[in-house]
Amino acid sequence: MFQFIFRRLSLVIPTFIGITLLTFTLIRLIPGDPIEVMAGERGVSAERHAELSAQLGFDQPLYIQYFNYVSGVLQGDLGNSLVTREPVLSEFLALFPATIELTFCAAIFAILVGLPAGIIAAVKRGTLFDHSVMTFSLTGYSMPVFWWALLLMLIFSVNLGWTPVSGRIDVVYWIDNVTGFMLIDSILSGEEGAFSSAASHLILPSIVLGTIPMAVIARMTRSSMLEVLSEDYIRTARAKGIAPWRVIVIHALRNALIPVITVIGLQVGILLSGAILTETVFAWPGIGKWLIESIGRRDYPVVQGGILIVATIIIVVNLLVDIAYGIVNPRIRHSR
Amino acid sequence: MSLLTLENLSVTFGKFRAVDNISYSVKEGEVLGIVGESGSGKSVSSLSVMGLIDYPGEVSADNLSFADQDLLSMPEKQRRKITGSDIAMIFQDPMTSLNPCFTVGYQIIEALKTHDGGNKKVLRARALELLNLVGIPAPESRMNAYPHQLSGGMSQRVMIAIAIACNPKLLIADEPTTALDVTIQAQIIDLLIDLQKQKQMGLVLITHDLALVAEVAHRVVVMYAGQIVESGPANEVFSTPRHPYTQALLASLPESASGKARLEALPGVVPGQYDRPQGCLLSPRCPYATDHCRHVAPDSQGSLERQVKCHTPLDAQGRPAA
Amino acid sequence: MTTETLQAPVPRTPLQEFWHYFSSNKGAVAGLAFIIFICFMAIFADVVAPHSPSDQARDALLLPPAWLEGGNWVYILGTDDVGRDILSRLIHGARLSLAVGMVAVTASLLMGILMGLVAGYCKGVIDTVIMRIVDIMLAMPSLLLAIAIVAILGPSIVNAALAISIVSLPHYVRLTRAATMSEMSRDYVTSSRVIGASPLRLMFVCILPNCVAPLIVQATLGFSTAILDMAALGFLGLGAQPPTPEWGSMLADALQFVQRAWWVVTFPGLMILITVLAFNLMGDGLRDALDPKLKQ
Ligand SMILES: Nc1ncnc2c1ncn2[C@@H]1O[C@H](COP(=O)(O)OP(=O)(O)OP(=O)(O)O)[C@@H](O)[C@H]1O
Ligand code: SF4
Ligand SMILES: [Mg+2]
Repeated sequence: MFQFIFRRLSLVIPTFIGITLLTFTLIRLIPGDPIEVMAGERGVSAERHAELSAQLGFDQPLYIQYFNYVSGVLQGDLGNSLVTREPVLSEFLALFPATIELTFCAAIFAILVGLPAGIIAAVKRGTLFDHSVMTFSLTGYSMPVFWWALLLMLIFSVNLGWTPVSGRIDVVYWIDNVTGFMLIDSILSGEEGAFSSAASHLILPSIVLGTIPMAVIARMTRSSMLEVLSEDYIRTARAKGIAPWRVIVIHALRNALIPVITVIGLQVGILLSGAILTETVFAWPGIGKWLIESIGRRDYPVVQGGILIVATIIIVVNLLVDIAYGIVNPRIRHSR
Repeated sequence: MSLLTLENLSVTFGKFRAVDNISYSVKEGEVLGIVGESGSGKSVSSLSVMGLIDYPGEVSADNLSFADQDLLSMPEKQRRKITGSDIAMIFQDPMTSLNPCFTVGYQIIEALKTHDGGNKKVLRARALELLNLVGIPAPESRMNAYPHQLSGGMSQRVMIAIAIACNPKLLIADEPTTALDVTIQAQIIDLLIDLQKQKQMGLVLITHDLALVAEVAHRVVVMYAGQIVESGPANEVFSTPRHPYTQALLASLPESASGKARLEALPGVVPGQYDRPQGCLLSPRCPYATDHCRHVAPDSQGSLERQVKCHTPLDAQGRPAA
Repeated sequence: MTTETLQAPVPRTPLQEFWHYFSSNKGAVAGLAFIIFICFMAIFADVVAPHSPSDQARDALLLPPAWLEGGNWVYILGTDDVGRDILSRLIHGARLSLAVGMVAVTASLLMGILMGLVAGYCKGVIDTVIMRIVDIMLAMPSLLLAIAIVAILGPSIVNAALAISIVSLPHYVRLTRAATMSEMSRDYVTSSRVIGASPLRLMFVCILPNCVAPLIVQATLGFSTAILDMAALGFLGLGAQPPTPEWGSMLADALQFVQRAWWVVTFPGLMILITVLAFNLMGDGLRDALDPKLKQ
């Protein structure tokens, strides 16, 4: 098992190096003088130009620039925002909880709906339920997230007035930032109604963001389950005379989940990039909105740092998923 | 007293009859051999006894009973109590028949727990005992092994342990050695026969191996394209086959070919879903086929003890009756 | 007892066989029909569209669809905030989306095939380098990568198309490489090699035809991703720029009218959804029809 984890870890390192190379190159691919471009209409004074040039290390040879960049990154130094002059990392950390809260709820929604739907569709193969699940999941899979957000907002917030339009909590509440997670902070604040306000703000964004992962999980679970249900060991289990639910839940599901776990892990990337769109529509103050605004402001250090962090998170999550995969799949766990 | 009785059992998949009106019975402590080419419905018929035929397959029978209990009319739940305890089955491919996610111990204990219950310690002791019984060395350490860590022979022994866990009265072994090395095959068969004698189980042994059936079975059923073409006491069927198909099968055995010039076998293959002939299903391949055979399907003749499905059963000299 | 004789299927040519499987999938046929329909609309946009996509009717701002109160049959799906006909913009938008999809898919298909062939044929260091790059690209969600590329190159429809074709490369590279590797070990390839067939001939004549089927499927699905990503970039203001009638960017300004004019929001998105769905349906149908593993 340790060997397995170690091998996975060693595969992550070149990928991380590749990502740093990518983000490092990105900023140098800007056509023209990068500092001029970054400054844009704001313009830049000669001193500030020199200062920035030194700060970004543009006056040194490329390989030294890269070396400095990576060693900075490893020490948590991702540069400063051109607009706020704050360190990129601290801006990121301040906004990240909002994104985690959203993606986490979206993931929960996707799994809670997608997994059972896929299982039942496979068990009741060929029925109306199965066809509906397949139709809905293909539609969900083809859904333009930003439009879905607008549509749900139109129906549930504007026409029915059931949910708030945007933001994380009603403006009447002033919640101290303790953990950064509004659901938790609103409880800690002790203000009446704060938690339900925070929760109701989360509902639509979570559903919107969770739709595509839900569709993917449902499809994958169904096909994986169908495959497993036709395996010989399912026949063995049934020949033991155990109850049908036990055959499905204990014998089939355990095996069917192995590929599904990988797929769920891959959804983290989809969730984080979907968060960019969802946060923009719902004015959700997370890193997605932050990244898009930074692009608009030509705040390149933020764009560079933000992409690096998001990519790193995705790699780490995929690593964790790989390890989880090894834990549920004895064939991998015991292989050397 | 007969343990298992089938009367006119059929299994259909849509329009296709995979098993066509077969009747046989198994007595306590009896070994019944079922032989026939691939696709003749051996597995499907025994799965229907286990209640493991799924939609779109449909099972119908005039009588399908085990120890005088009607299996078809009883509620699902009651039937599951019989399946896996009183009737157990082992399958062709042991490597894929064990669940890769669970340890050997878990899979044996599950069978015990489902039918007999008991606390952890007792169950574990029973499982160890079973592993010992099926001849697995170092059973303690095998309890926690996963199926992929076992060889094919070992896996089949574990399958046998699971099958006999609840002391079944009837064991169905569907080609238990086909997927194994030749050297292991004999060991597994010896084990099965030993267990059968020890526990006085009824044993249905499905196989392609006629020599094996001749050696161990009390009675034989010969199947062709979903039908029973001949059945009877093993020694009678092998010494004086009455159906042309049985005759041809026996003639294709290497031993019987020793004195003859060439290996006799029937040309052609078992008819499948699309090419079922009119009349007798064997008629395209049968050396004795007449026009009558090609138009009218023969009925089963004789008692359940010795049935033949042919218009002109062979006589003691192996020639068709006039 | 009667024995029914079932009819055996008659043997068919591969093309008939393909069509038999494909046409038995109703969703795939519906997808194909819609794609043909929308291609027609896109090609003849100038003739089909009732108005010019940029004509601003000053007296008809935010007009609801014709069948609603206050609607006007001149503007069937209503007008937007500056009085442009939504239907006409959608039809012209189809032209743009399909063109971008076509360009992006073709570009990444060509580059991907080339990289895959080279990686699979040369093996060794070149293979390792190409596959590492592919792995890194796969580790990043495609939209994020596309956003990064556009952020650097500057927002425009051409850069968006370029970004989309780059991010969809990995799938084609992987498919082609895998097919190349497995073909390379076949006897006939080895023997052509011994005879002295040139590497290029080997790659394009022997190996490539064997991976056409999965590539077609991937390209069809790639179309849907391209349209979806294009719309997303347009929506974020990183793709087509405002007056251009692009489906995604049409939605970008719609945000402020959610409360007042639902049709401005609804129709462009519906168009994206249906088009993407059509390509996905057709891609699934193609995969089932072309995948020999699923045939009995
Ligand atoms: N689920 C099913 N649906 C349709 N046809 C089936 C199904 N299962 C089995 N059959 C058909 O039933 C026929 C009998 O199959 P069966 O597996 O019983 O043969 P067998 O005698 O056990 O052969 P083998 O020696 O190869 O195990 C075959 O023609 C097979 O194609
Ligand atoms: S009925 Fe005729 S064709 Fe059939 S087995 Fe007997 S002799 Fe042969
Ligand atoms: Mg069989």
